[in-house]
Formats: sequence, structure tokens, C-alpha cells
Amino acid sequence: MDERSRALRLKLVRILEQCRRGHIGAALSLIEITRVLFDEILRYDPANPLWEDRDRFVLSKGHGCLALYLMLADKGFFPEEELFTACSFGSRLGGHPEYGLPGVEAATGALGHGLSIGIGMALAAQIDRKPYRVFVAVGDGESQEGSIWEAAMSAGKHRLDNLTVLVDRNHMQCYGPTEEIQDLEPLADKWTSFGFEVRECDGHDVDVLRTELSSVPFRPGKPGVLICHTLKGMGFSSTVNNPDWHHKSHISDEDISQMVRDLESM
Amino acid sequence: MRRTCTNCLYDMMEYDERIVYIGSDLTKRELHKFRESYPDRYFMEGVYEQHLVGMAAGLALSGKIPYFNTIATFITRRCYEQILVDLCMHDLPVRLIGNGGGVVYAPLGGTHLAIEDMAILRVAPKMTIVAPCDAEEMKRVMAASVDWPHPLYIRLAKGGDEVVSRPELPFEIGKAVPLRDGGDVLFITTGITTQRALQAAELLAQDGVETSVLHSHTVKPLDAEEILKRVESVRVILTVEEHRVTGGLGGAVAELLAESGLLSDKRFRRIGFPDIFTEELGSQDLIMEKYGMSPETLAVAAAELLNQPS
Repeated sequence: MDERSRALRLKLVRILEQCRRGHIGAALSLIEITRVLFDEILRYDPANPLWEDRDRFVLSKGHGCLALYLMLADKGFFPEEELFTACSFGSRLGGHPEYGLPGVEAATGALGHGLSIGIGMALAAQIDRKPYRVFVAVGDGESQEGSIWEAAMSAGKHRLDNLTVLVDRNHMQCYGPTEEIQDLEPLADKWTSFGFEVRECDGHDVDVLRTELSSVPFRPGKPGVLICHTLKGMGFSSTVNNPDWHHKSHISDEDISQMVRDLESM
Repeated sequence: MRRTCTNCLYDMMEYDERIVYIGSDLTKRELHKFRESYPDRYFMEGVYEQHLVGMAAGLALSGKIPYFNTIATFITRRCYEQILVDLCMHDLPVRLIGNGGGVVYAPLGGTHLAIEDMAILRVAPKMTIVAPCDAEEMKRVMAASVDWPHPLYIRLAKGGDEVVSRPELPFEIGKAVPLRDGGDVLFITTGITTQRALQAAELLAQDGVETSVLHSHTVKPLDAEEILKRVESVRVILTVEEHRVTGGLGGAVAELLAESGLLSDKRFRRIGFPDIFTEELGSQDLIMEKYGMSPETLAVAAAELLNQPS
């Protein structure tokens, strides 16, 4: 893990120190994905968040929103101090992203909605012959929703090569391993059969993520999917692969101290 | 009414490039011309209504005005979370056109009846619900729909309904239309129950009972001001809807009147389907008659209430 990924995780810990709750594991598996997108891939203007030609990023797995908030604050969509208000009365930063917070393209959190919304955005670009791209991050647990596959069927039909789906394949959902609850394999074959060009990569390797995401569309005339192999709760001894941290409230001082120690020892 | 709705949309798409048509596996009929005229903005899609509401939201978030058309039961019940979250929470100008509102599809059985569609949509903030009474009013609904700034549900009736709306009267979404004035009885109606109430008023007039009919094409937002104004001067109020009496027009009017303080010396009844799954097949007319929505049964109900001591 490089210095920037460590710094982003430390900031996440500082947010937790204030709000003491959140879908921590789901955010930690996403951090490198959102980091590479906002650092190097997406075209956007924080001063004009509704710029018509911006690339759209829809976080369909809305519970991973801390990873999104970190990058939106980092890029100046809203003041960094606001990060530390998350989940408190009057804050714009909910436990799932709300529409209206600059940089949030759609309110998500009810699973299985974001891909359809992204497809609508990609179709609008097609109608208007605009060059913007649409990226949608979905969870692997989320991929148990039927609406994800309704959407996938539709993206294939419309040959939306301006659409890229990022699957946060951390193999872990609220109760435990996806393999035990509802296995998704063969996941790549599923996406292929729905008309997608499929790539797979290490979702924590920023170099590989950059290379893959710089090459979209993966194939002209087809929507793309990048299955990002990740670890839920990546970065901390207490959280990694631990479903107890899928969502956690009442995060203790000791939890926070342990997380800081983990980062210092890396 | 359905053909008028489709034809209006076809014409509107010519001068407003923001409009996008989405259908979910509908009968082809008059739709083929859309593909020829607007190949980029006409989407005849599969049987995945949840996805299509989300897709419409994405189009609207990108500046389009999507009209999504399919059967009323499927567009309301099946996609409820998408409607609530994707459309209403984002307050997007997506139009849902529900074919067969009410018991139009009665011969097809209970799975196809849309008699709680208005109730479930009425509790979604930002949603607007319109049930026009005839094809002429449908034209005015469609014209007003383009720039309506919120999600909008347009409930289609069977079609071929007698034209009772009046072109000389103003039309505005959210404004009820008085179609008959006078007397001690007031029918508040929506959709094609308006024709039935007007016929009931004729029957009552033969017995010397004068009756008002207020056509509330918009069930949400309810035109509280007009309703309260009309209620003040009558003794008997009946709501009539091709819908369950819970949660729709009758429910909305009941809530309004209960809080108005106007009911103490008046009689009020909601007429519609009770809180059951109706089991009858057969024609829309027969079923509506059974549940008290024929002109004759409406007239009897009004007379009954009128004769009860207040």
C-alpha cells in the first residue's frame, strides 16, 4: 500500500472517530478504485459539478460512500471539514449518498438501482452524441439483486460502450462470504453472456487499475465490466475479511487506536 | 384515450427533443411510427420494469423527459422502490403512463387489476397522480405534462369513454373541474367515474334532487381549496373512484374533510372497491355495478345519505 492509500485510510479513521459508525468494510475495499477514478480517469469540474460533459460515476453500492466522500472532498466538491460531520444531524453526508451533495450523481443505497440509472445516463450521451463516459460501481453482494441483471441485459442490447461497470469483488457480504450465502460464480462468464467485455484485475493495485481504466472502452460496441478483486475491510487487522465490520456502529476508542497502529506499522 | 395519449406523445416529440419514449413490450399498433420518426428517442424494451424506471431516472438526470408506458399494475406495484427512490427522491420529470387503470383488464383476472395504484403512489412525496376522464381531457393532460416539474403518473382508462370534459373550461394539473353545480349532493370523482356521476346526477334530477359533480382529475396534489369550497354548501358528499376506497381519492378527501371541521352536519361516503381482492371476471361495467359504481347505484347511495338525519 502506498502513501496516498495509507493517507486516505487515515482520513477515513478520522471520520470514524467523529461519527463512530458506517459500512467500513465496504468502503475500504473500494478505496483504490475511487482513488484511481478521481485522480486519473474521470473528467469533471468540482466548481461546476453538473457540467454537461462530465464523466458520470454512480456508486450503486451506496453503502461504500465513505470511499466516495473521501475523493469528493479531496477534489474540492465540498470543504474537507464537512467529512467529519458524516451521519450527524444536519449533515449532507449520509450513511448512503444523497442526491444534492456536489459530486453525487444519484442517491443510492437501495441495492440494484445504480446500474439502471447509469444506463439511462449512457443512453442520453448516445442520443446527444456526447463524449462523456459512465462508470458504475456495484458490489458483489449487490449482484444478487435481479435488477442488476435486468440492467446488464439492457446494456448489452444497447451496445453501450460508454458504460463501464466496476464490480467490487470482495467475496464478503453482511452475514459472511458470498460463496456461503449465494455464490456468484462463474461471475465473469455471467457478464460475458450478458454482452459485456470482461476484464479482471487486482482492485487494490493502482497501477493495474489505471492501465485497465485508461483503456475503456474495452471493446468498441460493447459495454465493459472490470471485476476488481478486493479485500473487504482492506488495510486494517480488525476489519479485513471480517463481516462484523460490514456495518459497524459504536466504534470504540480502542478500535480507532488499533486502526491507527495498523497504519503506522505498514 | 390510450390512442390519443400515444398520438399526442408522437406529436410532442417532434417539437421537443427532450422527450424520450420508453415502452415495455407493448402491443405494436400505432407505435411503429415512433421508431421510424424518432429512432434515437424511442425505446421498446424488455419486460423488466424495475430496470426501466431506473433507466428513465438516468435519462432524466441527463436532461431528458422520459415517458415510460406499460400496464398500470406493473408500472406501479413492481417498481415501487425505483419509483420512490429513483424518481421521487430525485424529484425527476419522468412520466409513468399506466395502461388499464382500474378494472379495465377485469377479464384477465386479479393480477391485472390496478385498483391500488393511486394509493401506493399517493404516499410517495413529489409524485403527481392524474386520471383523466376522456380522450379530450387526455390531450390537455399530455400538453400540461411536458413541463410539469415533478414525477407524474398518468392513469389510462379503457378508452372510447363518452366525452364529458369541456374544452371551454380551464385545465391545470392540480385543479379540480366543476362539471355540474347546485343542490345538496356533491359527487367528487376521478377518471371515468365522472361520466357515471354525471349520469347519476341526471337520474337524481328526475326525482327533483339537484347534484354537483366535481371532477378531480388530479388525485395528488388534491385540490383542497376547491373541494372545501364545494363541500361547504352541500349536505351529502360522495367520492367515486375505480379504485379501492383506501388510500386513493376517497381516502384523500376523507383525510381532508376530517381535519376541516366541516363534516359535523354532513354525510360522507367513499364509493369504490372495498379492502378485498375482487374475484369477479367479466366486464368492467358489470364489476363496477356490483360495487356500486353504476349511475343507478350511485343515485341510490346519494338518495340514501340525503334521507339520513344529519
